[in-house]
Amino acid sequence: MSLTPDDVKRIARLARIETSDAEAQATQAQLNSIFDLIAAMQAVDTRGVSPMAHAQEVYQRLRDDVVTETDRHAAFQAIAPAVENGLYLVPKVIE
Amino acid sequence: MPETSLSALAAQLAAKQISSRELAQAYLDRIAALNPSINAFITVDAEKTLAEAAAADALIAAGQAGPLTGVPIAHKDIFCTDGWLTTCGSKMLHNFIAPYDAHVIQRFKAAGMPSLGKTNMDEFAMGSSNETSYFGAVKNPWNTAYVPGGSSGGAAACVAARMAPAATGTDTGGSIRQPAALCGITGLKPTYGLVSRFGMIAFASSLDQAGPMAPSAEDCALLLNVMTGFDPNDSTSLDREKEDYARDLDKPLAGLRVGLPREFFAAGLNSEVAAAVEAAVTELKKLGATTVDISLANSRLAIPVYYVLAPAEASSNLSRFDGVRYGYRAPEYGNLDDMYSKTRAQGFGAEVKRRILIGAYVLSHGYYDAYYLQAQKIRRLIADDFNAAFKTCDVILGPTAPGTAFKLGEKSGDPVEMYLNDLYTIPANLAGLPGMSLPCGFDAQGLPIGLQLVGNYFSEAKMLNVAHQYQRATDWHSRMPTNL
Repeated sequence: MSLTPDDVKRIARLARIETSDAEAQATQAQLNSIFDLIAAMQAVDTRGVSPMAHAQEVYQRLRDDVVTETDRHAAFQAIAPAVENGLYLVPKVIE
Repeated sequence: MPETSLSALAAQLAAKQISSRELAQAYLDRIAALNPSINAFITVDAEKTLAEAAAADALIAAGQAGPLTGVPIAHKDIFCTDGWLTTCGSKMLHNFIAPYDAHVIQRFKAAGMPSLGKTNMDEFAMGSSNETSYFGAVKNPWNTAYVPGGSSGGAAACVAARMAPAATGTDTGGSIRQPAALCGITGLKPTYGLVSRFGMIAFASSLDQAGPMAPSAEDCALLLNVMTGFDPNDSTSLDREKEDYARDLDKPLAGLRVGLPREFFAAGLNSEVAAAVEAAVTELKKLGATTVDISLANSRLAIPVYYVLAPAEASSNLSRFDGVRYGYRAPEYGNLDDMYSKTRAQGFGAEVKRRILIGAYVLSHGYYDAYYLQAQKIRRLIADDFNAAFKTCDVILGPTAPGTAFKLGEKSGDPVEMYLNDLYTIPANLAGLPGMSLPCGFDAQGLPIGLQLVGNYFSEAKMLNVAHQYQRATDWHSRMPTNL
């Protein structure tokens, strides 16, 4: 498998990372060498093997439906790049 | 700075031979003297440290001290620390003052252990040399032309240089053990789920685990007693009875079965490392251990599997860094999408971007089964190998890393070359098993060599027993760099 610079730009777009043509070119070679390393997996026969997502068999716990969090609104917004009237400011998305 | 164990420091504090403030000040002085050449710390705040030390002194005076109250510790800059800059080694969080404490930080605070500051690390813990940090590379205290390993490179370097008596680290693919090996200290990655991940900035959530780093195994046992414990804020935290990890330190090793995985002693291992590890095996035999030949046949696939699973999880975890709620935002942008894309392009370094791209690709439509699912299946095979091995041995032993520290810049241009450093450490993360590294010698250039132990689930006390007995018989762990 081999990625083209266009593939790199498509993935970068999915990941919301602005990437110039020159960067895509440079990244392409590095990603391909990493995928060459990963390719060793493909020869392994894994029929009948159940995938392992986690080291321990754990299940989501349920807790009582009561309020446990305190209001930290001001503390959390104090570190935001742009806020106004208690709201996070971003470029206009609805015309 | 005197060469002192945590238990000796705690005894001096309890006997009021030294105050926590005096102790903290002594370490702060050493940090001020050495950090300009080592770059182990991103943030030092003497005022905060001394205030925490004064509070510890008050606890001691009131007779309310715990086993380590007043002993200072350095924290990896991956742990959110209320009121402290918490950068994760990234431009993306260069201005992030955490508004809360990670569970690990809460525990050290509750134990009365003052923070000496936040240690340097590879950006978002992605790296094996500490060269990907936005705040500059960390230098190995044994030779400042060499890397300290990574990603907990600052933690390992500050302990090796005795700028702190102990430090916290995190380990996703070897990030505690490999720098511990390269800097000549002891470090332990616990069984997955023993230490809460709450407030620990996420890299690959199914692999990330925090652990202690210090000169000796005894120190690590005492720190593990503080760090572990159930936390409802982490959905993978295990609700288990509290253990004393120091309880078996003094047990003799007679009858111990040490498994030697033949794959860990095969081609690719530096001969000086191999010789030092084999000498350690001889030492353990003298202490009564026997060896068992074992095979971890699928461990050769650990790196390919890891470089699918970890980037996949990272690409999801790091999607939260969008310039909206905290951290960096690009200064100029058009629409919302453009703001995200420019913020992430400017805020993340090259290695982090590479891993996000790998992750986005392996999870994208049409590739999921071939990459992500296949990797999860081989992850099972790797864990099964360990389960089979632990039927015939009590602990697995091998090298921590294939070589000793390498020169700054030597491998930073070739990601694949860098990834191969974690050949022996990644399998334990994939299986969720505890692993530790301890010093076992030096190469011809005077750089430290690390020995790795991997134990069965929840066998930390046993591993620490083996390591402590080895450290009673040898003095590698108490050697310090003399060039500083």
